[in-house]
Amino acid sequence: MSVLYDISLAIIYNYDQPAAASREMLRILPRTLPEQQLVSGLVTTEPAPDFRRDTVDFFGNPATEVVFDRPLDAVTFRFSGRVRRRAESTSLDLSPGLTGLAQDIAEAQSLGNVSPHHFLGPSERVRPLAEITDFARANVDTGTSTLSMVLALSAALHREMTFDPTATEVATPPLEAFRNRRGVCQDFSHMMIAALRGLGIPAGYVSGFLRTLPPEGQERLEGADAMHAWVQAWCGAEMGWVQFDPTNDIIASTDHVVVALGRDYSDVAPIKGSLRSAGSHTSRHEVDVKPVGGN
Amino acid sequence: MPDSTPMPGATNPDLLSGYSAREGVADELMQPDGRLRPVWQPLIDFLSRQTPQDLANRFVRGDQYLHDAGVYYRQYTADGSTERDWPLSHVPVVIADDEWEALSDGIVQRAELLEKVMADLYGPGDLVSRGLLPAQLIAQCPEWLRPMVGIRPRSGHFLHFLAFEIGRSPDGSWFVLGDRTQAPSGAGFALENRIATSRVLPEHYPQAQVKRLAPFFGHFRDALNGLREGGQGRVAILTPGQETDTFFEHAYIARYLGFTLLESEDLKVEAERLAVRTISGPEPVSVIWRRLDSRYADPLELDEASALGAPGMVGALRAGAATMVNSLGSGVLEARALLAFLPRISQHLMGEKLKLPNIATWWCGQPRERNYVLQNMGRMMIGPALSTHLPFELDATTVLGGAFRGSALPSVEDWLLRDGETLVGQEAVTLSTTPAYVDGRLQPRPMTVRVFAARTPAGWTVMPGGYARIGRTDDPTALAMQKGGSVADVWIVSDTPTRDPSLADQTAGPFLRRMPGFLPSRAGDNLYWLGRYVERAEGLIRLLRAYHTRLAESGSAAQPLLAYQRKYLAGYADPDDPIPPPLLDVLQSARGCALRVRDRFSPDGWLALDDLARSANGMAGTLLPGDQAARGMGELLRKLAGFSGLVHENMFRFTGWRFLSIGRALERADTGAGLLFAFAEETAPPGAFDIAVEVADSVMTHRRRYSVETNRNTVIDLLALDENNPRSIVYQIDLIRREVGQLPAARSNGRLSDLSSALLKLHTELRITTPDAVTTKRLGEIRAEIGSLSVALSAQYLE
Repeated sequence: MSVLYDISLAIIYNYDQPAAASREMLRILPRTLPEQQLVSGLVTTEPAPDFRRDTVDFFGNPATEVVFDRPLDAVTFRFSGRVRRRAESTSLDLSPGLTGLAQDIAEAQSLGNVSPHHFLGPSERVRPLAEITDFARANVDTGTSTLSMVLALSAALHREMTFDPTATEVATPPLEAFRNRRGVCQDFSHMMIAALRGLGIPAGYVSGFLRTLPPEGQERLEGADAMHAWVQAWCGAEMGWVQFDPTNDIIASTDHVVVALGRDYSDVAPIKGSLRSAGSHTSRHEVDVKPVGGN
Repeated sequence: MPDSTPMPGATNPDLLSGYSAREGVADELMQPDGRLRPVWQPLIDFLSRQTPQDLANRFVRGDQYLHDAGVYYRQYTADGSTERDWPLSHVPVVIADDEWEALSDGIVQRAELLEKVMADLYGPGDLVSRGLLPAQLIAQCPEWLRPMVGIRPRSGHFLHFLAFEIGRSPDGSWFVLGDRTQAPSGAGFALENRIATSRVLPEHYPQAQVKRLAPFFGHFRDALNGLREGGQGRVAILTPGQETDTFFEHAYIARYLGFTLLESEDLKVEAERLAVRTISGPEPVSVIWRRLDSRYADPLELDEASALGAPGMVGALRAGAATMVNSLGSGVLEARALLAFLPRISQHLMGEKLKLPNIATWWCGQPRERNYVLQNMGRMMIGPALSTHLPFELDATTVLGGAFRGSALPSVEDWLLRDGETLVGQEAVTLSTTPAYVDGRLQPRPMTVRVFAARTPAGWTVMPGGYARIGRTDDPTALAMQKGGSVADVWIVSDTPTRDPSLADQTAGPFLRRMPGFLPSRAGDNLYWLGRYVERAEGLIRLLRAYHTRLAESGSAAQPLLAYQRKYLAGYADPDDPIPPPLLDVLQSARGCALRVRDRFSPDGWLALDDLARSANGMAGTLLPGDQAARGMGELLRKLAGFSGLVHENMFRFTGWRFLSIGRALERADTGAGLLFAFAEETAPPGAFDIAVEVADSVMTHRRRYSVETNRNTVIDLLALDENNPRSIVYQIDLIRREVGQLPAARSNGRLSDLSSALLKLHTELRITTPDAVTTKRLGEIRAEIGSLSVALSAQYLE
């Protein structure tokens, strides 16, 4: 089963005191992966940049560097295109327990960009936190398979945490969101990553899109109004990476379109910039993800 | 006891008394049989002929040189940082050149090995996939920069300048304590140590057959120039700025080699090239010798919190826009744990054993190694595997000989079992000792030497000398080094006389006169403000002196003229405090500007300014208002004149000098207008005109010119309109106008720039107007116009 989506994204910034020049790195073009194809699509900005360079980063994410050599009061970063998403074959649980997983990790001697080693240690936004590790240990049976631990943890977070867009900001540390038991998809994902790494399970961050309106008869998912975030966990050599959405407590499937993969938010931030502006700015996201010819 | 029979003609027979190496420790000076090593003999003979007083005088001479050159050491404490005197141990470490040559072979091999490791870690990653390096070590190393993976350096090489901290084992062989690959410092300090030591031993050094350091720097300078794409663009040294503890060295090396010293904010990443913002627009930079840690180099792709970087740098390097020395990400080679694997990697990549081994290191992520460390804990230093510190620079949580320092962890065993992957054990090595002059005689002290290697078109070359660190006590374990100590020159002594080359005769290629228009905008800005602050300080000092002189004469601050002065001064400073804090602030600001452009500044000029600021600080709180304060101000004025004289007489008429002069003239014009505004005011109390004339240092001129008492017209004429008075406003405006005329883009398309036309307008008016037309109101307007000149100048050249 596969779904074809028409996707449009606009991220609009307004500045009080525009900087003389600015440079941004955009990661908003969906990836092409075995279960996902970018059929067509384009990243653009308004106004057009003075310089643009398209590259692929270490984790294989398409990235666009844009430079504006003049002050801007407002700028819009846009993606629009069509993506085909196939359902992942939901296979049997072939994941080992923690001991077997450790063995699999030790044997995966590679620095390639899907190597579990990148996703086990501390990263920019996610450091090991005893408090979150304790939470993980209290909520999973460490004697079971890796996949079941991941599922149990996702369920526990979903149960304990309240989705609350007013509770956190993009820079809120995971521990603060954890203690308040509130946050958005970014916080759910960072906490889940911290918890998994605390258990010794390699975990990474996925940014992407969520289908805006659910198929008939299903509930609307949280996080469809802006770009979404979820988690991938490495479940051993046999199963490899499995993606989950702790905000909605589901395995990521045909409702999820992957834009970028990394260790945490800072690897995949949709817009990263050097705005040397003194004043404040406001930003707004507009996202629409709808099945072609569907609802 | 050593066989220290007094040398012929010795006047200091006690020099070596009691000198003996510890059992089981190699000594640089003494052979195991207690005799002097022959290579030391001439130096020891020379030192023995000096009385203790001679030696003390010599050491003072060396220290004086370092102090005058502005070499200091920045010590960080809980309350910030302080500048300390440079801790030179005046006795050099002497090493025979045949021994040095063998050591150099090992250094070169190691440099070549590190280049290959670097190329693999940022390329195919074979060392990991073949099991020669554990994946988690690299993947978790904060210095392994993922955005750099896959970028081939434009020069074809990742590494161009390296340092190695080495020590000598009890068996006499050398070993490496740590490879310094990120942005090694110390080479400039080694040069300064050399100069200071040669001042201590001026008769002995020239004929001691010591290998010179200059050719090494000359070759590296030529190599860097050769790395420029098509011979175009500049070589720049990139510094994190004056807050860095090694900033002095960055400025020193830049001046010594003739490279431009830049901070990231000077750099502009353009489409496919790097440029430096200069007063004449962006100029290309082709090679960057960075003294900044890699991860701060680009907030866009590396550490996003970095304020020290240039956004887009990584993209520019990816596009081959510049050569970075060393490549970003080279710090990964400094991780301690790497030392555990280098011996095998050498076999694999080079097909040979390491000629120069490193400190024995065990990564505790492997069960066998962890057990070994556990069983031999008593002679281990255990610390973070990914730390880039040298073994003796201990991290907070480190085990020494089985005991924790600074940690509340229960037991070392538990720690090793739980966190083994993040830990290494390193052998608690014993270093060799070398003589240091302590309490009137030579005494053995442990040492390590930092050795430098540079890549040239002919391959790696090793500096014949180095930067020695000398321990404070005679404890020869490496751990003793962390307590600090002193530093020393390293002499590589040859059997044959050495020629005396200087850097100048090493120049390759044709003679080139440097382009005078090249001045980074930030440097121009600092020079401009230096000029302004120094002049501002002078104006304030003169005002304060005029006040305190009159206070001393009248004895009462209530007198109308004094009250008027107080009122005027109140805008700047409280005259009851003879050295008011705002004066110290202005001097400190001037010093700060000079520090930031230290590479373009004469050492004498710097010293004079530093001395001025120190004197003012020293006077603070010690002077009484009145006569004492007036005399103190006089002293500061003379020091200030010394600085101005040095700068204006000796500084080459470079573009930078023009900004300094413009700053001075503009501030003087502004102060003058302000002074007249207040003291040439009709309602000012009697004596006010005299103050204006006195503060503008024009008393004699006034007496000669007018042969009358001061009145408003004579004062305005002399201090605002007289083209021959170097203190008048019109004189300053004319000077600025002429200097600006020499700057790039003073005209464009045949038209004067906005700045030039504003200057011409004001200059013309001041030339044709009469004193009575220069009303107080008009003076206020002139002041505002002077302010706009500053804004226009900044907008055109300095932003």
